Amino acid sequence: MLTVTSLRKAVPGGRVLFQDLNLTVRNGQFVAITGESGVGKSTLLNLLAGLDRADAGSVVIDGTALELLQDDELTRLRRDRIGFVFQAFHVLPHLDLAHNVALPLVLQKVDAHEALARATGMLEAIGLGGRGADYPRQLSGGELQRIAIARALIHRPGLILADEPTGNLDPETAAKVMALFVDQVREAGASVVLVTHSPASAAVADRVLHLTRDGLVEHG
Amino acid sequence: MGERGSLPLVAMRWMIVSEWRTYPSRIAIAVLAIALGVALGFAVHLINGSALSEFDHAIQTVSGDADLQVHATSAAGFSEALYPQMAHVSGIAKVSPVVELHAQAQGHAALTILGLDVLSAAVVTPRLLGRRSDGQHDPSDFFSDSAIFLSAAAMQASGRRVGQSIDITSMGHSASFRIIGDLPGIPAGQAIGVMDIAAAQWRFGQLGKLQRLDFRLAPDADRAQLSSALASRLPLGAEIVTRHNEETRSDSLSRAYRVNLDMLALMALLTGGFLVYSAQSLSVARRRPQFALIRVLGLERRSLVAQIFLEALVVGAVGALGGLLLGLGLAAAALHLLGSDLGGGYFSGGVPHLSFAPGAAIAFGALGVAASLVGGLLPARDAARSQPALALKNLGDAIDPRVHPRIRLALLLVVLGAAGSLAPAVNGLPIFGYASMALLLAGGIAMMPWLARTLLWIFLRRPISNVSLSLAIQRLWGAPSQAALALSGIVASTSLMIAMAVMVVSFRGSVEAWLYQVLPADLYLALDDSGVGGGFDAVTQNNMRHVEGVAWMGFMKETPLRLAPDKPDVWLIARTVDGPAGGLPLLSPGLAVPPNDIPVWVSEPAAGIYGIHPGDHLVLPIAGVTPRVFVAGIWRDYGRQQGSIVIDSDTYTRLTGDARRSIASVALKKGALADAVIARLRAVLPAGVADHLSVSRSQEIRSKGIAAFDRSFAITYLLEAIPILVGLIGVAATVSAQTLARIKEFGMLRHIGVLRLQIVAMLIAEGALLGAIGGIAGIGLGLAMSQILIRVVNPQSFHWTMDTRIPWLLFIIVIVALIVAAGGTALFAGRRALSTAAVTAVREDW
Repeated sequence: MLTVTSLRKAVPGGRVLFQDLNLTVRNGQFVAITGESGVGKSTLLNLLAGLDRADAGSVVIDGTALELLQDDELTRLRRDRIGFVFQAFHVLPHLDLAHNVALPLVLQKVDAHEALARATGMLEAIGLGGRGADYPRQLSGGELQRIAIARALIHRPGLILADEPTGNLDPETAAKVMALFVDQVREAGASVVLVTHSPASAAVADRVLHLTRDGLVEHG
Repeated sequence: MGERGSLPLVAMRWMIVSEWRTYPSRIAIAVLAIALGVALGFAVHLINGSALSEFDHAIQTVSGDADLQVHATSAAGFSEALYPQMAHVSGIAKVSPVVELHAQAQGHAALTILGLDVLSAAVVTPRLLGRRSDGQHDPSDFFSDSAIFLSAAAMQASGRRVGQSIDITSMGHSASFRIIGDLPGIPAGQAIGVMDIAAAQWRFGQLGKLQRLDFRLAPDADRAQLSSALASRLPLGAEIVTRHNEETRSDSLSRAYRVNLDMLALMALLTGGFLVYSAQSLSVARRRPQFALIRVLGLERRSLVAQIFLEALVVGAVGALGGLLLGLGLAAAALHLLGSDLGGGYFSGGVPHLSFAPGAAIAFGALGVAASLVGGLLPARDAARSQPALALKNLGDAIDPRVHPRIRLALLLVVLGAAGSLAPAVNGLPIFGYASMALLLAGGIAMMPWLARTLLWIFLRRPISNVSLSLAIQRLWGAPSQAALALSGIVASTSLMIAMAVMVVSFRGSVEAWLYQVLPADLYLALDDSGVGGGFDAVTQNNMRHVEGVAWMGFMKETPLRLAPDKPDVWLIARTVDGPAGGLPLLSPGLAVPPNDIPVWVSEPAAGIYGIHPGDHLVLPIAGVTPRVFVAGIWRDYGRQQGSIVIDSDTYTRLTGDARRSIASVALKKGALADAVIARLRAVLPAGVADHLSVSRSQEIRSKGIAAFDRSFAITYLLEAIPILVGLIGVAATVSAQTLARIKEFGMLRHIGVLRLQIVAMLIAEGALLGAIGGIAGIGLGLAMSQILIRVVNPQSFHWTMDTRIPWLLFIIVIVALIVAAGGTALFAGRRALSTAAVTAVREDW
């Protein structure tokens, strides 16, 4: 479970992005956060992942308060409990697809053979079976994002943080990728915080929240 | 949660291996840079070690196995009356008297003649005794005044065999001997002849004289106590010599030269280190978003540092291993082609045997690995410090033109370097001088971002209408640290090359000018045998002076003189110091000589080695006399690195009774034909002497001198060329990597309407500007470092000075070469980068 309490964040120039922000995401819940550009959606996601520090407030994941953790502890928390999907796919160009997907597992010191076997299974699940030896440059944008989704889920994290995962895709491909994403996270039972501009993407969520300077406002 | 503090090694291996598989050439260049640096250092060390070991071996061979020795301080020897006095000193079991002479056999083969008392030598130095092998068995032949044993090398050099006769000349005397056997105890390569001591004294004019006493000590004798007891009984002109003294002497003769070569090799290693730094920095900069991703996915900060360090470690280890193997091969090839002194002229004799030095291999290998690790340290720290969230979006480390490059650290390093140059030598070596050069180099490279921006500011003061040039200047100005990164390797190697080139050109020019000063006569006549008692006698000198066509004639003799047991012999030069060709190239006006004082003129190296100053008084141990002399001046002498002392010819004759001279300098009368005068001079020489005469025109000697100079610096040219080559490869790799990393930028430019040709022109302009900045920085830094070589390293190592000369043409060539190399590489890399479709480039994930 993710609990955010009285979060405040200002940018270096002094402009306050948000303050007194509160949020609770239950296990298995899919939450979408929308908002205008520059309102601080990505910054919020970075705070939830422990990649940035809040000026005030608390982020607690499964009982662990992020603000109390050192850098290495935050890193290990991300490694074990969080999966990421980015707008830019950020797939490592030098690694083949199987190795890209298996990366979070080997970071957890899972045996390399087992990690690659699980990655191969994951590739089957996202419709890219048999292409584990291909390299990222051989894939289309939609396929790359599927790889990113597979990588985010392979180590069975409790929380998925997704930042505009379909922002770089055409509507048709975006819909397919989003459907795959939802299927996969539902199957894994993971909680999701999705940041998006897209109403279509937000529509698949259990809850849609709108980010403003005063915090999150329930939508619909 | 994962185990605390553990490193995900598999992930690290995946990242490293995939990176290397994708960019093998970048890794290869870094490995090559380290390998070349290690190879040069190791090879020079092996060659030096082999040469010294050979030299020490030769000394041991000639010394036999004596426990202790007394040596004459000059070739004139000491009185043989010393022998019975020494024989009765308590603690000495046996004394073997020795006549030791430098000689020439027929065919101009040089050899050392040892005259031994066979019965004593059998106890003290049995290794020096000959083996009868001519089929005769008359033991009295051992004591025959015409019998000689020759070592294999002496027989080979003279072309004679056992049973044949051989003519030998030494100390102005020639005699014929029959070779009655060989010397099995003398190793290959050592040209030695052994004969009865009485025969040697008689046949070579050494009656009543010895050059050496070899001692076998009693088993319970205290060597140190005995040495001091013997020393107190020795007359001037004789000194105690231990093997340690001899080794120190041979070591000091060439130590500075060897240390300088070692330092040059280490500089090459340093250049390799900068290239590794440059390669690592670029690699880290390019992969920053990727590192950010794996940080987000769960790689700890220190694991990331460990990964980059591991990469550097592997590069360093592979480079070091390759370098050691390459160094072994280089050393073997150099010994074979250039000899053990690499053309320096310090060692002669047999071809040294190359032996592997495990300690040195470990040391140079470790230096190679250390250079690579240091090169990886800063980039690793930078990568670990960056914020993953920002780096993922390429924001955190984006170029910020508002940031001014810092110069404080660079200035501090330069000031420290300048201060280091003022420090004195340590144990005769310019350690602080080299440290000062390293600090200047580091300071100069740290100053590069500031320098690049300052130089480019000149262009930015007014608008530039050419789009390509404007974009190129704006980018370099806005990202001076990237420019500096591309240039660090080439600035390091260029500055080292320029420093060495300025030093060598200055040295060469000074030597050339010196050769004109010391060779003012038209002709120089030399006799092969230059020992005491050899040369033109007084009557012959007078006859030669009166030969038709001779305007002026000076005579000279050089004999070795030992001023300290652990230092190389200086040359005592007895020569005509007045007359039209008698002047010396004094460094400052000569002092007025006090009445009744004997003036001498000390060479710059002798003054440096022994701390002699003008106006000092010295006692010279010449042939049993010990004149107190006055130092009337210091003169420039590049010909005798171990030092020399000039004394007036007549004074020398008066002090020693030796009027013979081995070299004559001749100024011709106007209109006199040189060949005719030479023929007339030969005609006035006594029978047999003319056969040993060699005649040279001053121009020939100057040419030979310059050729010898060039030969001795041949290895330094090689040591300079290799870092330059590595540097150029480095700049090519760096420019290429930076260009390829900007594919997205090029795609954007083409989207907004910039022509492909304009982008190529922009890249060429960037490359050319980088080359020009690198050239200017390298030359400026090199000039500063050259002054440390000229004013600190050379005087402290070799005790000689020189006047700075600037190789302007070389400077122009270097700048043009760098501009062409960097511009050409940018063109090549740019064409490759632009072959990617504009749309694809913009959509590139990274």
